[in-house]
Amino acid sequence: MRIGEQAGLEPGTRQMRDAFGDALIEVATADARVVALDGDLSSSTGMAGMRKAFPERFFNIGIAEANLIGVAAGFAANGYIPFVGSLPSFLLPNAYDQLRLQVAIAGLNVKLLGSHAGISTGREGPTSMSIEDFALVGGLPPFVILVPSDETMMAAAVKAAAEHEGPVYIRSSRGEFPLVYGGGPCPFQIGKANTVREGQDVTIVACGLMTGIALDAAAILAEEGVAARVLDMHTVKPLDRRAVVLAARDTGAIVTAEEHLVRGGLGAAVAQVTAEEHPVPMRFVGIRDTYLESGTVEELMVKYGFSTADVVRAAHEAVLAKKGARR
Amino acid sequence: MPDFAALKEIARNVRLDALEMTSRYGGHPTSCFSVVEILTVLYFAGILSFRPREPGWADRDRFILSKGHAAPAFYSVLARAGYFDLAELARFRTLGSPYHGHPKQEVTIGVEVTSGSLGQGLSFGLGTVLAARLAKRDLRVYVLTGDGECEEGQVWEAAMAAAHFRADRLTAIVDYNKYQQTGPIAREMALEPFADKWRAFGWHVEEADGHDLHDLHEKLAAMRKSAGRPQVLIAHTRKGKGVSFMEQDYTYHAKSPTGEEYRRAREEILCG
Repeated sequence: MRIGEQAGLEPGTRQMRDAFGDALIEVATADARVVALDGDLSSSTGMAGMRKAFPERFFNIGIAEANLIGVAAGFAANGYIPFVGSLPSFLLPNAYDQLRLQVAIAGLNVKLLGSHAGISTGREGPTSMSIEDFALVGGLPPFVILVPSDETMMAAAVKAAAEHEGPVYIRSSRGEFPLVYGGGPCPFQIGKANTVREGQDVTIVACGLMTGIALDAAAILAEEGVAARVLDMHTVKPLDRRAVVLAARDTGAIVTAEEHLVRGGLGAAVAQVTAEEHPVPMRFVGIRDTYLESGTVEELMVKYGFSTADVVRAAHEAVLAKKGARR
Repeated sequence: MPDFAALKEIARNVRLDALEMTSRYGGHPTSCFSVVEILTVLYFAGILSFRPREPGWADRDRFILSKGHAAPAFYSVLARAGYFDLAELARFRTLGSPYHGHPKQEVTIGVEVTSGSLGQGLSFGLGTVLAARLAKRDLRVYVLTGDGECEEGQVWEAAMAAAHFRADRLTAIVDYNKYQQTGPIAREMALEPFADKWRAFGWHVEEADGHDLHDLHEKLAAMRKSAGRPQVLIAHTRKGKGVSFMEQDYTYHAKSPTGEEYRRAREEILCG
């Protein structure tokens, strides 16, 4: 069964990277300050369209990520809004020093597009996967982390990133994501979670591809008598603390779901809020302290414990723990 | 022509400032001393075009201190160029001041780029040149790097890209003082044939005596005429220049003279 089918979501109409590419051309059309800086991956990241549409504002800086970020900082310091396109598995580890010093400490207005994030590279194997990008970017204080859950939201996120004054990381993917927002307009405000399903028994906090999975899980849970709220936490940083606290108060149990290491990711950030504000039983669905292997996205999700079934199981456990805590 | 006697006096004062600043709260005195004449010529001999009272002037030339550990000499030059009061130098490395141990971007005081981790300034400089070209601004970018700093791969990524983009508004200056933190460069990580490396990367190369104000001025002024290629000036300097017992002694890289040593160093600079 495809992701989102159980929840009745329509399949995506195009890959997330293509949605990014179109959105980038849109913001570049609206704002002459937008430039695209490529790490020789434009045919993969969706930036190729920008090269055709605005050749004078497109620069292939080559296969040299450290220099790529330094050049981006130079553009940003001179009033431009550079969008840097690469794969996070190459860009973040290679240029972390430059991101920290030239972008984060300097507080410059650089936007990063990390395509093929999570496990969407599948058969390319573990070296291409990006399962630690939230943790890495999360270690750079001024950065905002955006994780669109479908193609409509990608467009909104790119626009919001361009308008936001400061560094932003946008996580993108090779694949098509189910239409969480039905292809219609999608509410999007940086730092404000979207409630995509109401429920009172447990809350599933998810982002990116896992939002579709969470909605599938919620549909299954409903058949099993559990009403799950689903929060699309499209902004992993800064986290919507209010939505988390309300979820803890209203539903008394939280499950987080992410296509990322559990350590240093969305779940850890949510747990920090509940621990400080309103502790409730929690379960964390994601990748446990390990690297993956070559395979399809679906195969990997099942083998490494972050499939729909894992979210359903975690939700039941959290609900049980909540009842146990009451006794 | 610049007033070279006046430049010499400025250089002496910058060296004294750097000695005093590093002696108080630490720093890298010998790395400062080797770049004093380079900074003096850039800021006071008409090489850089800038407006201290309008620090954000969009068409200003950009100076990028890639070897951020020379911050004390840089702050002294900025103060003497009119960006802020000389008394501010006493706030170097202190709480609440913008004069961090290594520079943090703050255009209002003339600091264009954040540095401290080596190898990054040239890329930022290239980005600035490309941005200025796109905005049709007539400006030049000067990047001062250390010699040991050129062991960083990013320097050569930037060198390759600058030649590719024909960034002829980009000038690198290498403070070739022949030492890195733990010893002589030739012993620790050979750079030679250094000029050939830059040439192979497509750069126009000049060399100068990095403590000769005339030579530095002549070469930097002439390099502005280079078209189609980025330029590098390899400035042959002496680490710790101006204080006999610190010169070419790499153990003073991150150590400042205090007490009697400080008095001797000060005396030598004053008489130099």
